[in-house]
Amino acid sequence: MAKREAPEVNAGSMADIAFLLLIFFLVTTTIGVDQGINRLLPRYEENPPVPPINERNIMRVLVNRDNQLLVNEKPMDIKDLRQAAIEFLDNNGKQECAYCLGKKDPNSSDGPDDAVISLMNDGQTTYQTYIAVQNELVAAYYFLRDRESMRRFNKKYTEIEYVANDPASKAQEGLVEELQPKVKLIQDLYPMRLSEAEPKKN
Amino acid sequence: MSKFKKKKSAGTPGISTASLPDIVFMLLFFFMTATTMKDSDLMIENRLPKADQTAKLHKKEYLMYIYVGKPKQGYASLGTSDRIQLNDKISSVSDIRSFVITERAERNSEAEKYLTASLKIDKEVRMGLIQDIKTELRKVEQLKVNYTTNKGNPLD
Repeated sequence: MAKREAPEVNAGSMADIAFLLLIFFLVTTTIGVDQGINRLLPRYEENPPVPPINERNIMRVLVNRDNQLLVNEKPMDIKDLRQAAIEFLDNNGKQECAYCLGKKDPNSSDGPDDAVISLMNDGQTTYQTYIAVQNELVAAYYFLRDRESMRRFNKKYTEIEYVANDPASKAQEGLVEELQPKVKLIQDLYPMRLSEAEPKKN
Repeated sequence: MSKFKKKKSAGTPGISTASLPDIVFMLLFFFMTATTMKDSDLMIENRLPKADQTAKLHKKEYLMYIYVGKPKQGYASLGTSDRIQLNDKISSVSDIRSFVITERAERNSEAEKYLTASLKIDKEVRMGLIQDIKTELRKVEQLKVNYTTNKGNPLD
């Protein structure tokens, strides 16, 4: 009698099973990584000390309950905010900042080290407007930092910073140690001094 | 009787489906790797605002999520004002402290350094509540925050 061969496993239903799983993952999937604006909050203090700041070194940005903008007591369209912030930060009124390209207006900020942007919003301001204002102000800082970083390291600051702060970068020997000082240097050249006042309650 | 039967050539031959499982498996693996599961059902509306000065968020193990928005239609019992959702329950501002502490305790000390609070806030929420949340986060020293947004121009 001939030796019987082992019967083959029927793989016809494999496709069905795979389809089932596929459809499950198709339904539950959300492609796209989360992204957003990173900020570092200041430490909480009961009575925050008020440092003596010269009036010309402050750019006051006020957002009212109707989402309108007031910059240094003058109404401004949000589209012009980024340029205004860049000019303010890069002004170099004291002429001590070698890497600044600003107008050296004596009535505006002394230099990026002294310039402070103060943001105040109403309790009724919408989050959307707040984010738009934040976005424009952060963009102004990133613009200046990127410019300086390109000049020194031929690489954008935003890229260097992301890699330096990514926990995954630690796998690569010496990478974080190499990038951290660069990040620090650029941050010191254009420190982000963006203060937020408590909104008025009403 | 001949042992070798002549093949019947009846009509066109059917398309072989033998490679179908392979194709489907390939797709399956793609979606399995690309997928990120939603871990909590949102009881509030969550339409994020747009921004373009954004950075990608790091891995999920370094994140905690705080959702804020108006209750969705099916949850009328929660009222109509802005509410905070932590994990899967509606909370108040005072719950944030214990939430942050729990989230920290769940991670090892290495991951704790990178722990960022991802604020997923509906674009219609008023700043008064958000300021309260931020003050609360500052009190528990959770200083790294990310205003999570969608990619786009904030000015339109």
